[in-house]
Amino acid sequence: MNKEEIGKTVSNFISKNFLFNQEKQVDDTVSLLGTGIIDSMGTLELISFLESNYNIRFDDEELVAENFDSIKKIKEFLSIKLNHSAP
Amino acid sequence: MCGIAGIINLTESHPPPPVDLLKKMIDTLSHRGPDEFGYYRDLNAGIAHARLSIIDLTTGQQPLCNENETLWITFNGEIYNYIELRSELEIFGHRFKTKSDTEVIIHAYENWGTECFKKFNGQWAVAIWDSKHKKLVLSRDHVGILPLYIKEENNRVWFASEVKAIFADPSVSREINAIALDQIFTYWAPIAPETIFSGIEELKPGTIRIYEYDKNKIEKRFWQPTFPQKDIFTQRSYENIVEASQQLEVKLLNATKLRMLRADVPVGSYLSGGLDSSLVAWMGRKVKQGEFRTFSIRFEDAEFDETKFQHMLAATLESKHEEIVVTKKDIADYFPEIIIHTERPILRTAPVPLFILSKLVNDYGFKAVITGEGADEFLAGYDLFREDKVRRFLANQPTSKIRPLLFERLYPYLALSPSYAKGISVEFWKRGFDNLNKFDFSHVPRWTTTASLKKFFSEELQSQLQTLPKPDILDTLPEEFSGWDSLSRAQFLEIITLFSGYIISSQGDRMLMSHSVEGRFPFLDIDVIEFCNKLPPDYKLIGLNEKYILKRVAKGKIPDGIIERKKQPYRAPDAISFLTNSHNQYVDEMFSENLLKSFGLFDVKTTRGLFDKVNEKIRNGNYTSVSNSVNMGFIGILSTQLLVHSYIKENHSIRNNNLKFSTIIDRVQGI
Repeated sequence: MNKEEIGKTVSNFISKNFLFNQEKQVDDTVSLLGTGIIDSMGTLELISFLESNYNIRFDDEELVAENFDSIKKIKEFLSIKLNHSAP
Repeated sequence: MCGIAGIINLTESHPPPPVDLLKKMIDTLSHRGPDEFGYYRDLNAGIAHARLSIIDLTTGQQPLCNENETLWITFNGEIYNYIELRSELEIFGHRFKTKSDTEVIIHAYENWGTECFKKFNGQWAVAIWDSKHKKLVLSRDHVGILPLYIKEENNRVWFASEVKAIFADPSVSREINAIALDQIFTYWAPIAPETIFSGIEELKPGTIRIYEYDKNKIEKRFWQPTFPQKDIFTQRSYENIVEASQQLEVKLLNATKLRMLRADVPVGSYLSGGLDSSLVAWMGRKVKQGEFRTFSIRFEDAEFDETKFQHMLAATLESKHEEIVVTKKDIADYFPEIIIHTERPILRTAPVPLFILSKLVNDYGFKAVITGEGADEFLAGYDLFREDKVRRFLANQPTSKIRPLLFERLYPYLALSPSYAKGISVEFWKRGFDNLNKFDFSHVPRWTTTASLKKFFSEELQSQLQTLPKPDILDTLPEEFSGWDSLSRAQFLEIITLFSGYIISSQGDRMLMSHSVEGRFPFLDIDVIEFCNKLPPDYKLIGLNEKYILKRVAKGKIPDGIIERKKQPYRAPDAISFLTNSHNQYVDEMFSENLLKSFGLFDVKTTRGLFDKVNEKIRNGNYTSVSNSVNMGFIGILSTQLLVHSYIKENHSIRNNNLKFSTIIDRVQGI
C-alpha cells in the first residue's frame, strides 16, 4: 500500500473524529498527543481504527509514541508493517 | 450571607442614582438575601442590600453607619472574629448600637483604615461609602469566597455581588469578552479581573479597590497565598509531623467552632462521603450541643454515587441525615438555570447537583452549612499534584518503561485499558518535559487538553483573539514563586485558576446562594490556610499519599473506611445527561446551525460534528468511549450558548418581585 494513501486515510480519520470537521487538516508532523489533538481515549480509537481498517494487529512493543505520535510517523510505520506482512 | 449592589457618581454632573434602579438591582439578588431589603442614598451614591439574616436577627439591618453617619456600609459575608475585634475597638472608644459583625467592619475601618481587612477572619464582599470624602472602598476576602463585580464608565461606578444586578441597569451594555472565553477554554475559569462580560471586572480575591472624587482609583492587594522558599525544607523533619498534626487539629477545630457557633440560626453540614467534609462534620458535631443535621447528594449512577460512605458517617455522628437523589434528567432540566447563576460558561455539570443540594437544605429551613471545601487545594488532595510528582519522576528517566506504571496507580482505569493505549498515551504525560522548571509544568497536560477545545471557536472569534492583548498568567505570579518547591507552585496555580474561578464560585457561592444558603468553610479559615502553607510539602503529599497530615488528624475520629478509601473526584454525569431519548429541546436549539451562526462564537461545522459524534455514541450505547475532552467541549459549548442566550440576546436579570425596602436612608428625599 502506498504511503501517501495511508497518510490520506489517517488524516481523514483524524479530521473527522478529533477535529470534527472533514475540511480541517492536521499538519503531518504535528505531535498528536503533545498538542492535545488526541487524548488517551483517542489513542484507543485511532489504534482500533487502524487495526480494523487494515486488518492487522499491533504488538505491544510496536505501540509506542515513536510510531504513532504524528501522521508522518504513522504512515511510515504502517507502510513498512503492511508491506512486510503482505503475502 | 447577602447581596450587595450600588452606584457611585465620581462627578457632580450625574444625577443621584434613582431609587427605582437601586430596587431593580437589588431585586436581581433576592435569592442571596430574601429576608430584608434596604438602601442608602445621597446626591452621589446609592447602595443597596438584600439580607439573609444569620447574625443579629433583630438589629443587623443594612445599610448601616458609624457614629456620626459619614460612613455607610453594604456587606455580604461573615467576620467570624467580630466579637474579639469589637472588644478591641471598644477599648479605642468606639460605641456600638447593634450586635452585628457588619458594624464591627465600619468601626474597624474607621479605626485602622484599609489595614482593617488584614485583621478579619472570614468571608466577605463589602462596599464602604465615605460620604464626607466622597470615597468608595471595595474589598473581597482573602481567597475570594464571596463575589464582587465592578463596572466603570463615565465617572460612574456600579458594583454588585452578581453581574445580573449591574445588568439591571439598561444603560449598561452586555457583550461577551473573548479574552475570558479564551481563559475558560484553557484554565476552566476566567481569571479575575476578567469576566465573561466585556467591561465588567471581578475584584481579585484579597484585594481592596478605592474610588475617590478627583483622584485616580487605587487597587491594593492585602493578601495572597505564599509559601516558604524550598531550601527551608531541605532537611526532612518527620519527627515534627506529630506536633504539626496536633496543631492542625486545634486550628481546624477552632475554625469549625467559629463557623458552627457564631450564628443566630442553626448551622447544618454537607456530607459528601469524602475525607474533608467527613472530618469537618465530625468537628461540627463535637462543638455543637443537641441535634446535628447533615445533607447529602446521591447519584442514580453507581459511577458517581458515594451513599455508602455518607451513611457510614451519618451513623458515626448520629446526625439527622437528609439526602436527595440526582438523576441525569435533573442535570439536563436544571442546566439552563444553573448558567443564569454561574454567569459564566462551565466545562462540567458538577455544579448542578450542588444546586439541588442547597435546595434540599433550604427546604428543611436551614440557612447555613459547613463544608469541606479548600482541603484539596491547601493540603494537596488533587490528582493533579500526584500527577505532577509522577511526571517529574518520569522526566528524570524519560525512556524508562517501569516509571510510567505509576500512572496506573494514579488513574486505575489505565490499568484496565488495553495495553496498547499505555505505550502511546505516556506521551500525553510527557508534555512540558522540555522545561521542568517552567512555572506551569504541573498544569501543562490539563491546560493543553482544554485549550485543544478552541478548535471549536469560530474563525471570527479566533481572529478577534489574535488582535487582543492577552493577560499572561505569568504576570500575576509573585516574585518569590520561582523559589518555591514544585508542590507549592502547583498549589498556587490551582488556587488562582480553578479554585477561585470555578470551585469556590460556580460550585460554591453561586450554587449555595441560589437557594439562600450560606456556605461556611473551616479549611478556608485564614489561620488554617496560613498554617497549611507553611507545612513542609512532604507533610501534605508523602509519596503518592495525598493530604497525609489530614489523614493523621482524622484517624480515630471518622471511620478508617473513609480515611483509607481512594479519593474519588467529585463528578456528575456530563454530556450523556443531555442526549437521552427524551432529551430537552433547548439542547437541540443551542446546537442548531441557526443559533450557532447567530451567536457567532463557535464554528458551525466543527460543533455540529461534535454534537453528532456524541449523539451517535450515546444512541449506540457506547457512551463510555466519549472522551474527557469531548465531554468538556460539549458542556463548554452548551453553557456558552445558554449564557449568550440568557444574558446577551435577552436579559434574564430583570425580575419583578415588587420587593419593599424596610431600611431606607435617603438623603436626597430627606428620609
